[in-house]
Amino acid sequence: MKLVIAIIQPYRLDEVKKELYAAQVNLITVSEVLGHGRQVGVDEFYRGVKETGNLLRKVRLEIAVNEDFVEPTVKAIIKGARTGKIGDGKIFILDLPRVIRIRTGEEGSKAIG
Amino acid sequence: MGTTPPVNPINAGDTAWVLASAALVLAMTAPGLALFYGGMVRRKNVLSILMQCFMVLAIVSVLWVVYGYSLAFGKGSGFLEPYIGGLQWFMLNNVSTSAPNPDYGPTVPHQAYMIFQCMFAVITPALVVGSFAERVKFSAFVLFTILWLTFIYCPIAHMVWSTDGLAGHSWGALDFAGGTVVHMNAGMAGLVTALFLGKRVGTNKPGMHNVPFVMIGASLLWFGWFGFNAGSAVAANNLATSAFVVTNTATAAAAISWAVMEWIFAGKPTMVGAASGAVAGLVAITPASGFVNVGGSLWIGFLVSVFCYSMVAWVKPKFGYDDTLDAFGVHYTGGLWGALATGLFAVKAINPNGSGVFDGNPGQLLTQAKTALLTTIWCGVGTWIICFLIDKTIGMRATQEDEVFGLDLSQHHERAYTILD
Repeated sequence: MKLVIAIIQPYRLDEVKKELYAAQVNLITVSEVLGHGRQVGVDEFYRGVKETGNLLRKVRLEIAVNEDFVEPTVKAIIKGARTGKIGDGKIFILDLPRVIRIRTGEEGSKAIG
Repeated sequence: MGTTPPVNPINAGDTAWVLASAALVLAMTAPGLALFYGGMVRRKNVLSILMQCFMVLAIVSVLWVVYGYSLAFGKGSGFLEPYIGGLQWFMLNNVSTSAPNPDYGPTVPHQAYMIFQCMFAVITPALVVGSFAERVKFSAFVLFTILWLTFIYCPIAHMVWSTDGLAGHSWGALDFAGGTVVHMNAGMAGLVTALFLGKRVGTNKPGMHNVPFVMIGASLLWFGWFGFNAGSAVAANNLATSAFVVTNTATAAAAISWAVMEWIFAGKPTMVGAASGAVAGLVAITPASGFVNVGGSLWIGFLVSVFCYSMVAWVKPKFGYDDTLDAFGVHYTGGLWGALATGLFAVKAINPNGSGVFDGNPGQLLTQAKTALLTTIWCGVGTWIICFLIDKTIGMRATQEDEVFGLDLSQHHERAYTILD
């Protein structure tokens, strides 16, 4: 089992969700985060005073999947999130030792989907 | 044997009410409309909406005293007379702070009427903001506001409200507080700009980032609208009282019927729906407010939400135009219904200047329809030309990059909310 974490541009979320559903990946957790990679933020002005390098809004997806679904998930995220411009985001794939479904107490692969 | 002093025609009560009404109508634009619209967009665009509404207030206030009032309400000359006024009141020259203008307000100083009308000229282009929200370039918006006020609003106000205008004076159209001049006009301009700009990137529905804003905004519109409609009596009298009562009644009826429409067709009544219904009711009663009784206002209010809900919930998705916040769906539709309903429900008992179909004057409905058509065509064609010219010169739409990034940061270098601090 793997945990796929993706940091994407907020406005690509709808596209990414569409691609994930098309790949039969239906279970995701989404949160709003701040951060920046090579973009180093953008300038904002407050009454004419420039403040450089503010953190940018990003969306973070967490998707727990069985091995078979790792590649389809990654492909779907890339398809939905890629614009080719700097700031498109990153995908991190982590090993996931245990998963438990709270309602039934099921564990492992069964609990994931 | 001294001569008797001349009678002062100025009435203190009337003047106080007109000035207070002007302030009420100002509150409709900012913060009323600004919050109503601002709550309905996505978070990244809320400041662009607030800024646009606020800057309309500033820009139009200046243009109005320099030449706008003169073009709209001054006497025209030559073949242009029915369509637009002259420049005799440029910089408020001869618009007195003490003497009245007997045609527009015989008991208030002429400038009191002028500043009251200024607030109408402010809110009309601000209403259009709802249709091109979330994708217009700020510089293009500023230019649009200036051109649209000059070539669309001023002529239509002149045609409907001035003493020598085509629709109001020659045809006898009834428009108490601006169903055609303000609402159909703004709504039509909204449709044209929405079609011209095309759809937003990545969404086709309102973002609704802050529904409490929508409720506060709608309530402030309701509050300020008493100045809009009851103030249009230009006196603190029985007509103002009647307009006040029918305005409140129609608005309440429309809020109820929108909620009922939603309950039936969408499952649950919503806050945004009730607020939209109230605004639709305010729009529809506007032209009729000085001519109809309470019975008429109930019909106008209950039915307007049926029409506007249909436009917003069924017609818009079918045709697919991106009228972001439904300025066309609510203001054009509601304004058209109000203009026609005035021709149906106007009664002489309320105002001797107007009677409609149910008061034995079937011709009035035709006059109302003619005026609605005139407004639609003038505004539709004119607005398209303005959009075309702006697009060919400085460009009308924000770049796709700026749009997806959000207009707050891309157009104003500001953001409304923080996450961490």
